[in-house]
Amino acid sequence: MDFKLSDEQRMLEETVGRLVRDTYTFETRNKILESEQGFSADVWQQFAELGLLGVPFSEEAGGFNGGGAELMVVAEGFGRGLVVEPYLATVVLCGTLVDKLGSDQQKEALIPAIIGGETRLSLALYEPNSRYEHNRVTTSAKKDGEGYVLNGEKAVVINGDSADQLVVIARTSGAEDDRDGLSAFLVDGNAAGVSRRGYPTIDGLRAAEVVLKDVKVGADALLGAEGQAIDALEDSLALGLVALCAEASGAMEVACDQTLEYIKERQQFGVPIGKFQALQHRMVEMRMELEKVRSITMLAACSLNESRELRDKRLAAAKAQVGKSGRRVAEEAIQLFGGMGMMEETPISHYAKRIVMIDHHLGDSEYHFGRLESLLDVE
Amino acid sequence: MDINFTAEEAAFRDEVRAFLKDKLPADISRKVKEHKRLGKEDTVRWQKILNEQGWLALHWPKEYGGTGWSPIQKHIFEEECAEAGAPTVLPFGVNMVAPVIIKFGTQEQKDYYLPRILKSEDWWCQGYSEPGAGSDLASLKTRAVREGDHYVVNGQKTWTTLGQHADMIFCLVRTDPEAKKQEGISFLLIDMNTPGITVRPLITLDGEHEVNEVFFDDVKVPVENLVGEENKGWTCAKYLLTFERTGIAGVGQSKAALAHLKQVAAQQISNGRPLIEDPHFRRRLADVEMELMSLEMTNLRTVAAAEAGGVPGAESSFLKIMGTELRQEITHLFRTAAGPYALPFLNEALHDDFDGNYVGPEFAASVSARYFNFRKLSIFGGSNEIQKNIISKMILGL
Repeated sequence: MDFKLSDEQRMLEETVGRLVRDTYTFETRNKILESEQGFSADVWQQFAELGLLGVPFSEEAGGFNGGGAELMVVAEGFGRGLVVEPYLATVVLCGTLVDKLGSDQQKEALIPAIIGGETRLSLALYEPNSRYEHNRVTTSAKKDGEGYVLNGEKAVVINGDSADQLVVIARTSGAEDDRDGLSAFLVDGNAAGVSRRGYPTIDGLRAAEVVLKDVKVGADALLGAEGQAIDALEDSLALGLVALCAEASGAMEVACDQTLEYIKERQQFGVPIGKFQALQHRMVEMRMELEKVRSITMLAACSLNESRELRDKRLAAAKAQVGKSGRRVAEEAIQLFGGMGMMEETPISHYAKRIVMIDHHLGDSEYHFGRLESLLDVE
Repeated sequence: MDINFTAEEAAFRDEVRAFLKDKLPADISRKVKEHKRLGKEDTVRWQKILNEQGWLALHWPKEYGGTGWSPIQKHIFEEECAEAGAPTVLPFGVNMVAPVIIKFGTQEQKDYYLPRILKSEDWWCQGYSEPGAGSDLASLKTRAVREGDHYVVNGQKTWTTLGQHADMIFCLVRTDPEAKKQEGISFLLIDMNTPGITVRPLITLDGEHEVNEVFFDDVKVPVENLVGEENKGWTCAKYLLTFERTGIAGVGQSKAALAHLKQVAAQQISNGRPLIEDPHFRRRLADVEMELMSLEMTNLRTVAAAEAGGVPGAESSFLKIMGTELRQEITHLFRTAAGPYALPFLNEALHDDFDGNYVGPEFAASVSARYFNFRKLSIFGGSNEIQKNIISKMILGL
């Protein structure tokens, strides 16, 4: 048993930490949020140069060969700076899915371009009526000569507004919520029949409602075997959950630090408000929730190679804990900041928004409690 | 980073498991698992078995007959014991007064008391709290006045756990009433059979006789029973309070209780199906299981830090709060699981020798009493609010 980071992991942590500290200030981030694209191409290029876009890929492909712990370290660093660049969508979700399902040709065409920062992808998975059920897919892909024709709607596709290519999960067979019959397709973001309505999210990201109308793709757009995408999809979602939990952990850490700093400085009744026991105990409770999230995120990050059931149980528990504890920390942070916590100009409000809204990415705590319930007997 | 045990750690765990399977008396573990009240004989019998194996004095250095184990080994041992349903070792002798004697005691005190503690010849209790000194322990008033070769002790201690069986009590007493609060206190070892000592039972809200009041009326205590220097008892008290709190999270106890709760919930019927399939109840089980996973990892992180040479200080306060809240929550779910059969209260049914008829299912007999009894967890050992004060001061710098 050893909770220390390896030398390589520590280097990765320092690399991300330095980048976020030096270049990703609150003011810089605000400018990025207001920009046309909603993320910074310069920052993205720095990620590429520092090797961050290759973390989960094999060394042969030019990657870092990282596992859950490496991803955790990177995402925690991003969380500390509320980084909005499309890392989760491009690298963690789509990149690993292409890596897992793609043919040699598909991988050669995409993975180096992802690692190099030239191509950005977005996972078009959830639908207006699927909520967080990743196997409830009505978007259809019907055989059409050598290729396929895609029809359907995809909801809140994170970074779907700007992605070069969408990885569309569509049904090639089976009923609406069958696990079999799901296929993954590479679809050019500007292909005929693809319409994207882009918009900002309240936690600083960009997303799109994507409508696919008679979108024709070739046979080479299919990733992996037809109808067999579910296992690889769940593997990528598992990585995505680790990244989100770690990001929440990093953001919660900063929220706790900023709140602590504030209550030590803010004076009322002639003393710093941190002298009041009522506030001290609330601050302690915030830190306790942070420790829980740190702990269970480590558990999740180190469980990716366990059996699928045990992995999923721990991931569900971790994401549920993040939802429960995150909300508590965010609400308490705003409360302890008082009126200042309500202001857009105060960084804590941005941390609070991201921490709360992480619950709506890849399944909220209600959804994951449900999953945990179904896996309660798994040891 | 690797959250799994190393090969050596796993081998050690297997050794502990094999020992427990072989040596833990089935009648005792059954009582523990079914939450029956344990007698003094049960605890002593188990302590003797542990001592034969050399595994009683977990925290002592090897030269005094301790295990000399690392923090991870101690953690593994405590978890395995709890999950197997081993009774808690009486902490007052082996885990509390003994480390103080080892650190501050004279050679004579070590030679006399330590072997007797190992052999369970003395049953120890703790004389700290007083009617007017709870969380504010240093305001204690029990007075010890030096007269020749002995002290004369007058005053009252309270919440003395299992003091009704005790042969010895270690006491904080005031030896200098003029000094500032913490400075006039001394640490005394007192024979419970000395004339002038009266033990009066306190019955708790669950009908149990677990705690007592101890009255001292001109009790003569030989000066050689002073540990450390006169008026320096607070140093001993602080040392004892921070000494080894690895087991404070109670993860093993919670795991055992949760496993039992799932069993019970599979047998209880609610809305025509097993309670464990009831979505509301299952959600609460899931919540407890999630919190337990977080707590276990937090505990392991603290143990690993101790293994790496860190001293677990205020971090144990986090573990105490989280651990006790979780154990209390599980007792609440047991009460929920029993439904209306949580109501009948047959005090005698909580004893192992009960041979009458239970009202409702057998497990239900103890659930409410246990729920009320476990309210103590967030009060004793430094109430959870005191723990928050410690974290505020030591970790947050408030």
